Amino acid sequence: MLKQEYTITVYTENQIGLLNRIAIIFSRRKINIESLNTSPSEVDSVHRFTIVINETEEVVRKLCRQIEKQVEVLKAYYNTLDEIVWQELALYKVPTDIIAEEVKVERLLREYGAKAIVIRKDYTVFEVTGHREETDNLIKVLEPYGLIEFVRSARVAIIKDSDGFHEKLKEFEYREPGEDASENEYLNENEKVFSM
Amino acid sequence: MDTVQEIKTPGKEHPATPAKEVREVSGSVAVLEALLAEGVETIFGYPGGAIMPIYDALYDYREKLNHILVRHEQGAIHAAQGFARVSRNVGVVFATSGPGATNLVTGLADAMIDSTPLVCVTGQVFAHLLGTDAFQETDVINITTPITKWNYQVTDASEIPSVLAKAFYIARSGRPGPVVIDITKNAQIQKFSYAGYQKCDHIRSYRPKPIVRKKYVEEAAKLINEAERPFVIFGQGVILGNAEVEFRKFIEKAGIPSAWTIMGMSAIPTDHPLGVGMLGMHGNYGPNVLTNECDVLIAVGMRFDDRVTGRLDKYAKQAKVIHLDIDPSEIDKNVKATVPVWGDCKETLPMLTALVEQKLYPQWIQRFRDFQQKEEDQVIHEELNPSTDILTMGEVIKELNALTNGDAIVVTDVGQHQMVACRYAKFNQSKSNVTSGGLGTMGYALPAAIGAAFGDPSRPTVAIIGDGGFQMTLQELGTIMQFKPHVKIIILNNQFLGMVRQWQQLFHEKRYSFVDITSPDFVQVAKGFGIPGKSISKREDLKPTLAAMLNEPGSFLLEVMVGKENNVFPMVPQGRGVAEIVLCREDV
Repeated sequence: MLKQEYTITVYTENQIGLLNRIAIIFSRRKINIESLNTSPSEVDSVHRFTIVINETEEVVRKLCRQIEKQVEVLKAYYNTLDEIVWQELALYKVPTDIIAEEVKVERLLREYGAKAIVIRKDYTVFEVTGHREETDNLIKVLEPYGLIEFVRSARVAIIKDSDGFHEKLKEFEYREPGEDASENEYLNENEKVFSM
Repeated sequence: MDTVQEIKTPGKEHPATPAKEVREVSGSVAVLEALLAEGVETIFGYPGGAIMPIYDALYDYREKLNHILVRHEQGAIHAAQGFARVSRNVGVVFATSGPGATNLVTGLADAMIDSTPLVCVTGQVFAHLLGTDAFQETDVINITTPITKWNYQVTDASEIPSVLAKAFYIARSGRPGPVVIDITKNAQIQKFSYAGYQKCDHIRSYRPKPIVRKKYVEEAAKLINEAERPFVIFGQGVILGNAEVEFRKFIEKAGIPSAWTIMGMSAIPTDHPLGVGMLGMHGNYGPNVLTNECDVLIAVGMRFDDRVTGRLDKYAKQAKVIHLDIDPSEIDKNVKATVPVWGDCKETLPMLTALVEQKLYPQWIQRFRDFQQKEEDQVIHEELNPSTDILTMGEVIKELNALTNGDAIVVTDVGQHQMVACRYAKFNQSKSNVTSGGLGTMGYALPAAIGAAFGDPSRPTVAIIGDGGFQMTLQELGTIMQFKPHVKIIILNNQFLGMVRQWQQLFHEKRYSFVDITSPDFVQVAKGFGIPGKSISKREDLKPTLAAMLNEPGSFLLEVMVGKENNVFPMVPQGRGVAEIVLCREDV
């Protein structure tokens, strides 16, 4: 099986120490986490982790089972890129004078949909939201113009086929969860998903 | 101590069951009330600065809670493990912060990998000192995260009842495991409004048992009914699931030969007609070879450890695999299952039994018997009836079997003696074999035997230990001296770290690198602790001394000098398939 990029979505309780419990599942197996984001989810009190790794499906499936085994984890899903809608946010700090002088830079920034969020005499900070390749490309493009600082956020992703966690949580609050106890119900459901 | 006067005597007027009225109690009292409500009677522990408020409260509970003061926290946790393994109760440990807690690490890792239910309460520095490198402060939660099923730090006393209720529920339910509750000193002292103890039986993010899918049970039954050479391999899941009866009914109806892992041993009597022996690196010949000849392999409550499977790409490739396990993460982890049967085997086995046909496989079982005979001729006979004057480990176990009739709890340490004991010990009852299977913790046996003796005092507890492992935790003789559990200690002394020596002989051109271990006069050591003992090296002394040891009212230490360079065979050399098991040195 080939390695590819998988996005793991984990619904959890909001508990101190859980980030470590989840992170060591990867580090114990010497697997590099490409990006990790924690945030609230659509359900009040339920936390959502979005983790990106490069691995084979077999490994990702095992990892998700190990994650789900943690007492405070409700559910872990894994998806390939075509099964999710995702974004990352990047910030670029560039010298203002160069931008003002070079028409090319302005055009580039427009092309990438960059938004100026701070403009000062000495520097300007642009924000770009998009996929990894886009934000990566803009680094290369801006480097010749004196890119001062760059930072990118972790990925956030929505599972195309998911109906959210509200209904699922009700199952968990019952004594008997549904039959998908160890299955990823959003796999192989692509045909149901409209994509452009 | 500023804590002493703050803690009120709980007195006997407070029942352990949920109290109707709210009253003010300290966190420490709440801890002890929780233990009583969970039915705990025995605690293994060691006091220290950060857990003093709990020990102070314990002073008033000493009639209700039997606290065993060990000599080292590692001894406490192994004792709690031995206690849990024979009694099916949760083992409870108290330790202080810092070094007290770090001394639990080996036992936690051991309990994690061997699925032993424990609740360990550790003291912690005051909450306001957390992260300041305070005296005896260690980040216990982060140290123990990978080796606990769950852990939690309490900084406010009001959390204690619900956290301990969760701890016991998590430790004992589903696939059991160790839990650490780290309680800061201020929370132990702090008073709060206590409304009684409520047991926990549901956590929304935690599913102890996956739901049983009938479809898979039906598919599994179909595979079994169509099989010509089915083979059952079972692990500790049968014992942990309290499913010994259900398991027997299943194999007896289906007529399938069954082999145990080291952890599954004693779930069925070792002389059961369908029992074909032990799996694994030093297991029996037939079950290893025939794993690669069966057509349907039915794994019950076991996790395909590498010591059982040998080389995975040469493991049961011809077979369809049915895997029954309560832990979904075990399915497909090492061996791909054709049919996964998620669930508690106490529930899934009867479902399977109902669907399988009553059958017998005389020819197939005869294959196991043939291999058994070959192993008997080439290995077992000489081990149990040596042609030389030098005693073997095997004959000690043989004589022990004759004297205990398989009713004893046998606790083993790690190494050659462990493999020999597990190969030859006879068991009639479940929960009789206590050993460190997954982690291979030398030093486990002596404290685990102490715990086992407290966990089931109705049966004799025999600890079988090597000369190396005994020296790792022999301080626990002090615990035996003080609290008088009845532990019969047999040291099988080959004057070497035998298993490492065996590997050095077989795989490292006999370069005996630091395996030559000197021992003290063990009988004198025992004597110093008030424990009678004897050392023997002659065959004629073996039977009478073993009998005398078992008749001794209290503990006894027997050292048996055995052959220095005896090897354990059969053996699946590391990196080879199970069918490549060898019977003697020449074949390695």
